[in-house]
Amino acid sequence: MTKRSLKQMATAVAFGLILVAGLISRPRPSSPAPAVPADRLQINAAGATFPYPIYSKWFDEYHKMHPDLEINYQSIGSGGGIRQLQSGTVDFGASDMPLKDEQLGQFKVKPLHFPTVMGAVVPTYNVPGVTGDLKFTQKALAGIFMGKITKWNDPEIANANSGAKLPGDDIVVVHRSEGSGTTFIWTDFLSKADPDWKAKVGSNSSVNWPVGLGGKGNEGVSGLVQQTPNSIGYVELIYAIQNHMHYGLVQNAAGVFLKADLAGVTAAAAAAAKSMPDDFRVSITDAPGKNAYPISSFTWLLIPSSFSDAAKRDAITGFLRWMLKEGQQYTEALSYAPLPKEVVAKEMKAISKIK
Amino acid sequence: MGMRTVWRKAVNILMFSLTGLATLFTIALLFFILGYLLWYGGRSVSWNFFTKLPTPVGETGGGMANAIVGSGKLLLLAALIGVPVGFLGGVYLAEFGGGTFSFLVRYTADLLNGIPSIVMGIFAYTVVVLPMRHFSALAGGLALAVMLVPIVLRSTEQFLRAVPVPLREGALALGASKWRAVATVVVPAGFRGIATGILLSLARVAGETAPLLFTSFSNRFWAPGWDQPIASLPVMIYTYALSPYEDWHRQAWAAGLVLLALVFIITTGSRIILSLGFQSSRSG
Amino acid sequence: MVTSTTALELAPRPGRPGRARAFVGRLRSGDEIAYLITWAFAASVLLITCLIVYELWDKSALPRHKFGLHFLVTSVWDPVFEQFGALPFIYGTLVTSALALLIAVPLGVGAAIFLAELAPPRISDALSFVIELLAAVPSVIYGLIGIFVMVPLLRKYVEVPLHGAFGYLPLFKGPVMGVGFLAAGVVLAVMIVPFILSISREVLLSVPVDQREAALALGATKWESTWKVVVPYARSGIMGSIFLALARALGETMAVTMVIGNNPQVAASLFAPGYSIAAVIANEFTEATSDMYVQALIELGLVLFAVTIVINALARILILTTAGRGTAH
Repeated sequence: MTKRSLKQMATAVAFGLILVAGLISRPRPSSPAPAVPADRLQINAAGATFPYPIYSKWFDEYHKMHPDLEINYQSIGSGGGIRQLQSGTVDFGASDMPLKDEQLGQFKVKPLHFPTVMGAVVPTYNVPGVTGDLKFTQKALAGIFMGKITKWNDPEIANANSGAKLPGDDIVVVHRSEGSGTTFIWTDFLSKADPDWKAKVGSNSSVNWPVGLGGKGNEGVSGLVQQTPNSIGYVELIYAIQNHMHYGLVQNAAGVFLKADLAGVTAAAAAAAKSMPDDFRVSITDAPGKNAYPISSFTWLLIPSSFSDAAKRDAITGFLRWMLKEGQQYTEALSYAPLPKEVVAKEMKAISKIK
Repeated sequence: MGMRTVWRKAVNILMFSLTGLATLFTIALLFFILGYLLWYGGRSVSWNFFTKLPTPVGETGGGMANAIVGSGKLLLLAALIGVPVGFLGGVYLAEFGGGTFSFLVRYTADLLNGIPSIVMGIFAYTVVVLPMRHFSALAGGLALAVMLVPIVLRSTEQFLRAVPVPLREGALALGASKWRAVATVVVPAGFRGIATGILLSLARVAGETAPLLFTSFSNRFWAPGWDQPIASLPVMIYTYALSPYEDWHRQAWAAGLVLLALVFIITTGSRIILSLGFQSSRSG
Repeated sequence: MVTSTTALELAPRPGRPGRARAFVGRLRSGDEIAYLITWAFAASVLLITCLIVYELWDKSALPRHKFGLHFLVTSVWDPVFEQFGALPFIYGTLVTSALALLIAVPLGVGAAIFLAELAPPRISDALSFVIELLAAVPSVIYGLIGIFVMVPLLRKYVEVPLHGAFGYLPLFKGPVMGVGFLAAGVVLAVMIVPFILSISREVLLSVPVDQREAALALGATKWESTWKVVVPYARSGIMGSIFLALARALGETMAVTMVIGNNPQVAASLFAPGYSIAAVIANEFTEATSDMYVQALIELGLVLFAVTIVINALARILILTTAGRGTAH
């Protein structure tokens, strides 16, 4: 290589490096963009789809009260919320599954759990010709989702539904395709209902499903069940209601078939409310009592225990206080159960832990 | 005429009819797609759609104003980053190129063109989102820009090379330095083709969803600046289409119509520019 | 390339001081800077590609070291126990692409033959423009139409009858859901037909006229001249277009993930739900909770990247071969 072409190469490489460095160093998070009011704050959050309807209502209402604060919540599933909070790409997360100790250990800044509402997971189905509500025993649900019960007119289902005309068609199972707190609630219940399920599949936000289609989010599962005849899936109650979908009754620990409603969820939480642990991590599936709906759960916001940005911290703690008081009024209209008084009081005290 | 000839003639007619059917079928597909979008989308497009922000889940009356602007912003960013790289690189290949280096550049441009867009998304995530600790319009714009580059590069090179030699030598003979000759004579001469290449690359990239899923993410509000997540039409279509809400389905159709109209207008427009250019250069 | 520098190179090469003066002259006239700037941007294309390959390789180190080549043949995808195998996704990607080709190749090549051989040139040009518009339709819109229009139609008029008549065959077994391998294959087919069509048409048009005329002079029917002379002549170009369409189908993300059913399994039935590499990355990337999980997804991206590179390269070679033959004769 001649000296001149060496020089050319060196100049070009230097130029290229300067260009690349300029491109990479351009975004400085603290520098505001032009023509945007300096006090406008946008907070990014992501996580569970289970409470998405109530969260989007809350963030919208709160924004109307505080126009300079925008909380951008994306419902990508509990797994996504946990991951993005871990990577630091969102300011807080949301999950229907309480984090395990090993998971907490992976966080640089430990997140705190704050329950927001309680909800119910229902088995929603789309069976042509069946207009009434089907009753499902615990074994039936476990069997269907394990692929052991494959036809709608299987005795396990038929025996509990003497009036219904069940077709002999194959059951199409729909579950979540991504990491989901709703999946955790559902599989947690199934693990308590059926030891076989517990051994073979287990309970987690993402499991090795023996059969079925995967839908993205509660939205995707409802969409698939809506579109696919002879299908059954599990979704949060409000998704089935808002979309006028059939959902069945589930047999609880006391043997009673219950259709999911606010009373059932509140009854399920009654025992836990009295003995709520300090970190708020608790499961209320398959709760005892004849009025308890067996597939109920709290859902949590995952708030970092310390913030480097004081403005964000104050905005979030302000929202939390509003959510625990005025926010709870919006829950019933969207079929979520408001938090028990004891839990609210405990959470108000816990907010001071956020630095 | 023997039996064999009759058979052969029959085969002739049959096969060509089949191919004609194939053509008809393919054309019909396009019209079906357009038809459905016009029908479902047309019914859902409303003033709200263009001016309002998304409403809470389950409530009607929301719109995609932020997604429309967001797509525009992302395209602008992609063009700002990708077009200079593609254009100037193409100038190099056409004017100074020849040899292994140019061969390598052309080969890697082809490589880039063939990379699935989801892989571009992974790249932009590791290179922009993780260090910035933020989903951002910048990351999305970068992913799109990298997809723009090969198309702009190849078409720039192609249309610059097509500029007739006498034009170049004339400029040089008049005493212009090489770069002046290129900048003031060659590039303007090839400009129509280059512009077409840029427009086509924008049309291709405007509809991309996969690279935006974990780079620009999405936003229910307006996105200030370039370092926040930003809503975009393709991502909104994806999210809304998968949901069970009727209102969201309708909005997805409307957004699909708007997106397709945008892509078609750019594609058709660029072809018109190109054919106009050829006509004028032939008569000139 | 000789022509553009002719003016500058007419004089014999000067000695050292002459070259230095020429360099300064070029510097002052801005040529050297122009050269360097454009060179830098051209080089950045190389840089970006190298960076992409590096990132894909480097950020998939964990699963590569843990699973090695087993990754490609294991079919367990269990994020909870961190066992990752790419087989279901490779299988799904290949099956849907193969289905797509099965449908799109006869359609595309058939229509290309019609447009190149039979249709009058004006109509041929107009129609091929219309078909290029099909190629411009974004993937997510194909997905939108897939979910709401195509899948219900497919389920009702194709899958249910097939299942009723041939349900005992492993190919048509299982519950009929609408979404699944078949649906994804059909959507992909519609997406790649324009590519096969437009390239094959151009390749067919480039076959020299005398080839056709020779066949016709020997008494062949138009079809025989087309099928037995023109098409074989253009064979490698048509193959190239098929490879190009295949590469495109392998990387398609949105339309596939919206209609494939999202179940990582290797199943023989066309009606079974499946998964493809691009679809699983799109669905699970944002929530891959552990480093191993994310890197397994990135490794999947690396596999996809490698496969599309190879197929694209093959395609280019094939297309160039026909072009070469065309001009040589």
